[in-house]
Amino acid sequence: MALGKVIEGTYGVIAEFGEPQELLDAANAAREAGYTELDAYSPFPIHGLSDAIGFHHSRLSAVVLGGGIIGGLAGFFMCWYANVVWYPLNIGGKPYNSWPAWIPITFECTILFAAFAAVFGMLALNGLPMPYHPVFNVPRFDQASRDKFFLVIQARDPKFDIDAVWKFLESLGPREVTDVPW
Amino acid sequence: MAQKDLTPVHEIRPTTELKIPERFIPVPTLEPGHSFASVTDHISTIVLRKKTPVGWFVGFGISCILMGILMITITRLVFVGVGIWGINHPVGWGFDIINFVWWIGIGHAGTLISAILLLLRQEWRTSINRFAEAMTLFAVAAAGLYPALHTGRPWYDYWLFPYPNTMSLWPQFRSPLMWDVFAVSTYATVSALFWYVGLIPDLATLRDRSTNHVAKMIYGMGALGWRGSAKHWHRYEHAYLLLAGLSTPLVLSVHTIVSFDFAVGVIPGWHATFFPPYFVAGAVFAGFAMVLTLAIPARKFFHLEDFITMKHLENMGKVMMATGLIVFYSYVVEAFFAYYSGNVYERYMWLNRATGPYRHMYYALIVCNGLAPNLMWFKRFRTSPAMLLVTAMFANVGMWLERFVIIPTSLHRDFLPSSWGMYHGTIWDWGMYIGSMGLFLFLLFLFLRFLPMISIFEIRTMLPEAQAAHGEEH
Repeated sequence: MALGKVIEGTYGVIAEFGEPQELLDAANAAREAGYTELDAYSPFPIHGLSDAIGFHHSRLSAVVLGGGIIGGLAGFFMCWYANVVWYPLNIGGKPYNSWPAWIPITFECTILFAAFAAVFGMLALNGLPMPYHPVFNVPRFDQASRDKFFLVIQARDPKFDIDAVWKFLESLGPREVTDVPW
Repeated sequence: MAQKDLTPVHEIRPTTELKIPERFIPVPTLEPGHSFASVTDHISTIVLRKKTPVGWFVGFGISCILMGILMITITRLVFVGVGIWGINHPVGWGFDIINFVWWIGIGHAGTLISAILLLLRQEWRTSINRFAEAMTLFAVAAAGLYPALHTGRPWYDYWLFPYPNTMSLWPQFRSPLMWDVFAVSTYATVSALFWYVGLIPDLATLRDRSTNHVAKMIYGMGALGWRGSAKHWHRYEHAYLLLAGLSTPLVLSVHTIVSFDFAVGVIPGWHATFFPPYFVAGAVFAGFAMVLTLAIPARKFFHLEDFITMKHLENMGKVMMATGLIVFYSYVVEAFFAYYSGNVYERYMWLNRATGPYRHMYYALIVCNGLAPNLMWFKRFRTSPAMLLVTAMFANVGMWLERFVIIPTSLHRDFLPSSWGMYHGTIWDWGMYIGSMGLFLFLLFLFLRFLPMISIFEIRTMLPEAQAAHGEEH
């Protein structure tokens, strides 16, 4: 995920809130004020917060479906190829293509590939692992994994003007507003 | 306007105070009075404190001794071969398969609690899912020892997996034993993924809370740079839900396929169509019993009564009873099928179970799995940690006996009386069994010391402040 171009060494401006509802209200207010490059940070998933910052859908379902289909086909193909083409075994005169016997393995492969797609797809779409990120430069950001809530307006936002954004965030009643250096 | 005038009419209570009987007051899933900070600090301190409690060292030491027994047993097994075990003709499957099925069964509760109870919106699962998932992984690790070692030449175990090789050989994919390889390895992999995904946000918490530089680095690497972004949470929750949906049929399939190892064979006592549901119910029963066995002492020792409340214990007791009764019903059905089949071998199989040389095992099984779970009908027992622990211990023993009754008792009286025999585990069989418990406890103690045993971020979502926050609904 590209982080946008550097504007005067600033990633954005961050505001800290003490309650989940305050963050939700602030995120909604920022979106309504016309800011588009927002991100919010919370110690647990808050219902409606991704909508509030204008993030609606993820492509994860399609990725997982694709993983499952590939897994199922691969599992069945493996059984069929090994037991029909490469190393056919005559078991009691039964047909070589005894597909019902391969359903358990096909099923397990479907689940396995879909689960891999879900986990690695989620991480990839999220751009993780990412050990460094500008928000970690904010001194109090370690509280974002405990009990504090943060809203960032990024410098790459078309409406970004550092003084206006600062003033806007202060008007939302945060505990503190800080600059996020690169 | 006076304050009391604002009270809605239906909220006005009669002046004579109605005393609500205690049994009608619901037990909370999280004791009141906690905040985001207190929940975080309470659970992360168990991991991050500098001083390790003496009790932990005692438990860890015991598990190391048992691990030593395991190492000695495996060494001798590799040097001498499976002849050191009690298996013979006609009983070719003994403790190795009994213990494999026992451990795999125990390993079912974790994914069941994490996935199925998540989909069923059972919020009480939140306090126990991490612990149960860890238990699942360690039980599957202990189970995995047996099929790997019972092959006799474990250094050729990679032959189980399909890969293009110079011998031009492929596994026989029509065999239930191959299905088992895929089911168990998929289950272990997906359970590990599910567990790790659940851990990522908590590892980030530990990274931010830790004061030790090395610990910060290690937790930080595990957290993958998690920063709690709303976009990340959105995809994270989506992925978690999808994993739960994928794990639900998976967890049911694993013990189904394990039961196929038996049901596809033609041995009376194995060859039965009701084996898959019977095994799955038994697995849930065994799994919940083991969660209770471990959670009750851990809750006491780590002072987690606020998070693992009586409601959790009581609910687990209820699940244990319900599945225990299904298991007992299966024993009844098994006896009925034997009678109703009209088949002399099937009838003899059941008579041999109830009156043959292993009848004591069968009676003990009925006591452990048929009678003991009925204690849970009584609220007094369901809400007593000691009684829950006793019932769970009965279930742990009972499920081992069940596999003993299914495996050697079915095998030792073959179709031909001339090949009848007896089976007893040797000291090496027992060493391996006790040793695998050591491996399980060893991993569990490491987990309790180095990772949060309760999902911190999920407990945060249970707090009233979190539940009150609402976005614009669509």
